[in-house]
Amino acid sequence: MTPLDPPNPPLTRKDFTSDQEVRWCPGCGDYAILAAVQRMLPELGVRRENTVFISGIGCSSRFPYYMNTYGFHTIHGRAPAIATGLKLANPQLDVWLITGDGDGLSIGGNHLMHLLRRNLNLQIILFNNRIYGLTKGQYSPTSLLGKRSPSSPMGSVDNPIAPAAFALGCGARFVARGVDTDAKNLIATLTRAHEFQGTGFVEVFQNCPVFNDGAFDHFTAKDVAAQQQLHLEHGKPMRFGDDKGLRLRPGSLDIEVVTVGENGVTEADLLVHDETNRAQAFLLANLEPPAFPVAVGVLFRSDENLVPFEVGMHEQNKQARARGLGDINALMRKGHTWKVDGDPTGDQPG
Amino acid sequence: MDTFASTNSTSQRELIESVVIRFAGDSGDGMQLTGSQFSDTTALMGNDLSTLPDFPAEIRAPAGTTFGVSGFQVHFAAHDIMTPGDAPDVLVAMNPAALKVNLRDLKPGGLLVVNTGAFTAGNLKKAGYDKNPLEDSSLDGYRLLKIDITKHTLQSVESFGLGNKEAVRAKNMWTLGLMMWMFGRERESTAEWLRGKFAKNPNIAEANIAALNAGHVYGETAEMPQGIHAYEVPKARLQEGHYRNVTGNEATAWGLLTGGKLAGLELVLGSYPITPASTILHSLSNLRAYGITTFQAEDEIAAVCAAIGASYAGALGITTTSGPGLALKTEAIGLAVSTELPLVVVDVQRGGPSTGLPTKTEQSDLLFAVYGRNGDCPLVVLAASTPGDCFTMAVEAVRLATKYMTPVILLTDGFLANSAEPWKIPDINSFEPFPVKHRTEPAGFHPFLRDPQTLARNWAVPGTPGLEHRIGGLEKNYDSGNISYDPDNHHKMVKVRAAKIAGVGDDIPLQKIDQGDDSGDLLVVGWGSTYGAISSAVLGARKAGLKVSHAHIRYMHPMPKNLGEVLKRFKHVLVPEMNNGMLVKILRSDYLVDARGLNKIAGQPFKIAEIEAEIRGLLASA
Repeated sequence: MTPLDPPNPPLTRKDFTSDQEVRWCPGCGDYAILAAVQRMLPELGVRRENTVFISGIGCSSRFPYYMNTYGFHTIHGRAPAIATGLKLANPQLDVWLITGDGDGLSIGGNHLMHLLRRNLNLQIILFNNRIYGLTKGQYSPTSLLGKRSPSSPMGSVDNPIAPAAFALGCGARFVARGVDTDAKNLIATLTRAHEFQGTGFVEVFQNCPVFNDGAFDHFTAKDVAAQQQLHLEHGKPMRFGDDKGLRLRPGSLDIEVVTVGENGVTEADLLVHDETNRAQAFLLANLEPPAFPVAVGVLFRSDENLVPFEVGMHEQNKQARARGLGDINALMRKGHTWKVDGDPTGDQPG
Repeated sequence: MDTFASTNSTSQRELIESVVIRFAGDSGDGMQLTGSQFSDTTALMGNDLSTLPDFPAEIRAPAGTTFGVSGFQVHFAAHDIMTPGDAPDVLVAMNPAALKVNLRDLKPGGLLVVNTGAFTAGNLKKAGYDKNPLEDSSLDGYRLLKIDITKHTLQSVESFGLGNKEAVRAKNMWTLGLMMWMFGRERESTAEWLRGKFAKNPNIAEANIAALNAGHVYGETAEMPQGIHAYEVPKARLQEGHYRNVTGNEATAWGLLTGGKLAGLELVLGSYPITPASTILHSLSNLRAYGITTFQAEDEIAAVCAAIGASYAGALGITTTSGPGLALKTEAIGLAVSTELPLVVVDVQRGGPSTGLPTKTEQSDLLFAVYGRNGDCPLVVLAASTPGDCFTMAVEAVRLATKYMTPVILLTDGFLANSAEPWKIPDINSFEPFPVKHRTEPAGFHPFLRDPQTLARNWAVPGTPGLEHRIGGLEKNYDSGNISYDPDNHHKMVKVRAAKIAGVGDDIPLQKIDQGDDSGDLLVVGWGSTYGAISSAVLGARKAGLKVSHAHIRYMHPMPKNLGEVLKRFKHVLVPEMNNGMLVKILRSDYLVDARGLNKIAGQPFKIAEIEAEIRGLLASA
C-alpha cells in the first residue's frame, strides 16, 4: 500500500469536525475521545477523503456522524464485517472502526474475533464503559460481577471479559489501552495503532456519567491515577506510583508489586516492558486494581510481519490477473462444448 | 421409452425417441460422477437432455442403508425436452438399498439393471429385505438384467495391481461402460476426463478406463436376456449455435461475472458455505482473474456485511446463500435498503423450514424474499426458470442493483443449482453494457440526492475528494441525508424507497404468454424451476384440445406491469408451486383473482403428469 501524500495545506481539527450537533449526554467520555481523534488526525497528516469511520450500534457508534470524513453507521455488532468488505474492495482506505463493549464483545464478538485474527490493516477503538448506555443501563459483557442494573436487579452473575485479553487471545497483533480523559497518552497510543501495519486494537476506558458513573475512578481519578496506572514504554522498567514496580515473583509466572528500595529490590529487578512478548502482554492485560495497577499504553505489538488479510487477497488477485482480466466468453467455451449447425443429422420421428 | 413407429432395420439398435435413466447406489458409489459423465457424453452427441441429481445430506451415510442412497436421473431425447422425466425407463441399482428406494418410480415393464455382487445377506438386511428380491417373483413386472458388476469390475482391473477397495470403486465406470454400449454413447470424452482427473495417478486412470471398456465389451458380447438390447437415440434438432452443458450454479457464477463486466465494476463476493449454494462460491473462487474477489466469511451475517462494505467502497457486493442463510442476512439486507447501496443476494432455495431438507429442492422462500424484513423494506426479487436462465437473471440482478441502488434477491433452487441442460452459450458482447458512474462532482452534493427518473441516489465512494459524507441505518433527511427523526420526513422516505422499487416495473419486460393463446379457459402461472414441467404439461393439455396457456414469472417483485391484465383474460388461474402456496397468495392479494394453487412439497420437482392431471381435473369440474 503506497501512502498518500499529506494534504496541502495541512488540515486542522476543524477540518475533521462535521456540521452535525454532537448528541451524547453532558459529561460523556465520548466527547473527550472525539476531541482527541479530531486533534490527532491533522497531526497524522491523513487526508479526509481517504479516511473512513465505520461503527456498529450504541452510544459510541454515533461517532462517525461527527467526523468530517467518510463514515458508515452500520448495524449492531457487524462493523468489523462491513470494514472487511470495505478494505477488500479498497485496501488504500484508512479505516477506523468504532465500537463499544456491547457492540464489539457481545453481539459482535464473533466478527471482532475474526477481524483480529485476519489482521486487516485498520484501527479499532473499543469504547469500554462497562454498561449498555443507549438502551438505558443494562449490564454489559464487561460489567463487573454483582453489577446492579435494570436487567440484573439482584446483581450480575455474568462473569465479565477483559477486552485486551480477548484481543490477545484472538491473535491480535497490536493491543493497547487508553483513558478517555488522558488525551495526551490516548493520542500517542492511537498514533501507534495507526502506524502499525495490521489491526491496531485500542481499548479506551470511557466513563458513562449517566448509567455507570465513576466505573474507572479507582484508577483514573486525578488523585489515584499515578498510583494505579502503569504507563507502558517499550524497553523501560515497569514502574508506577512514587516507588512501585512490577516483577515476576521468583519461581513463578505470576506478577507481583514491589517497592523499589525496600527489601533490597532495585530497578534492575523489575520487569522490562517488551511490546513484542505476547505472554507478558497477557499478564499485563489481566492486572486489576486494587492488588495491581491497570496497564495502559501499548501492551503488545507483534514484530512478526503477518501480511494483512486484504493485502494477501489483493496479491492473489494480481497473480490471478497476471495476464490481464480474463475473457468470460472464452471461459464459457472451455471444456466440453459442441456446435450445432443449421441442419442436424439426427432423424426426426415420423 | 418413447419408441419410434418403426425400428431401423439396417442397424441392430432399436431407434428410440427419448429415454430416462436413473443411476442409483450408495452415496460412496460415485453415482453423481457416473450420471454426469453419461450426461456430458450425451450432450456432445447432440441430444437434448435434462438431469436431476438427488443425493442425501450425509456425505457418506453408512454403506448399504436406504438413507445413504444417491441417485442421478438423466432424460435425453431426439427432440426438445424440458424436464428430467417423470419416471425412469431404466433403473440401475448398484445395491439392494438403491433398489428398495427407487423401484417404486420405475415405469412398469422398465429395464432394471442390478449389481448382484452387492446383493449379499448383509446388504439385503440393511435395506430391509427379508428375502432376496432377485430370487422371488417380486420383479416380474420389469425386464431384469442381473450382472455381478463387482466381480466383472475386479476382473477388468486385475492387471493394474490396485488394492481391493480401489478396484471395487471402479464398478461405477464398468456400469457406465455398459450403459454407454446400451445407448450408443462414445467413451472418449470420459476416458479423457479420467486421465485429467487422475493426472497424478495414471495407473488409477487407466484402470478406470479399462473398467469402462470392459463394461462396454460385456454389452457387445454377452448374451442378453429376452427383450434387452441396444438402442439409438438420434440427435435432437437444437437451434444453431455453440453449446455446452451447464448447471444453474455455474450459470449463476458466470452471469454475475458478466454483470460485473457490463457494469464496469469489480465484484466482491462474501459467502459462507451452505448447501446447495456452495458451488457458486467454489466456482467464483476459481475465477478471480475475471474481476472478482471472493471472501469466505465467518458466518452468513459477515458474508452479506462484507458485501455491503464492498458496495460502500464502490465495488458491487454479492452474497450467495440458501434459506437459513438468508434468514441470518435479513437485518443487513435492511441496512442496504436503508442506505440504498447495491447488493446482489443469490438464494438457492432448499427444503425448509429451519435446516429442513438441505439437499432437496423447494420454492418456499418467495414470501420471505419479497416481504421478510423489519420495517417497510422493499427490494427487487428475481427468479430464474431454467439452469441457463440463471445466467440471464444474474446479469439482470447486477443491472437492476446498480441502476437503482438497491439490493436484489435472485431466487434459484436446489434443482436448478445441480441440474444440467444443454445451453446455447451466449456472446457477452451481445449484451447492452450498463456502465456505472460514481459521483465525483462536489457541487450540490449530498448522499441521498436522487436521479429524478430512477429515484436512485448518487453513489459517492470513499476516496473521492469533496464528497465526504456519512450514511447509516437511521432515517435520513430527504434533502440532506443527515439523520432525521422528523415524522413527515420518515413518511416521505418510506414512500420514496417504495416508489423507487415500484419504478423498476417500468424497466423490465412485460409478462408474456410462454405458451398458448392470449386468453382462454385456464392460465397456468409458474415461477422458478417448475418451468419445464408446467410447459410440458400445458403442451399435453393443449394437444388434447384444452384452452390452456402458460405464463412464467421471472420478475417476482415488482411484477411486470401487465400481469394483472394478463391474468384477467383467463377464466381460471392455476399456480403450481413447490411450497404451500406463496405466489398464489401474492396474485390473489395483488390482483384480486381467484387463483388456485397446486402444491408439491416433497423435495422433488413436479412431474409433468401431476400438473397435467390437475389441469384436466380443474377444467372438467369448471
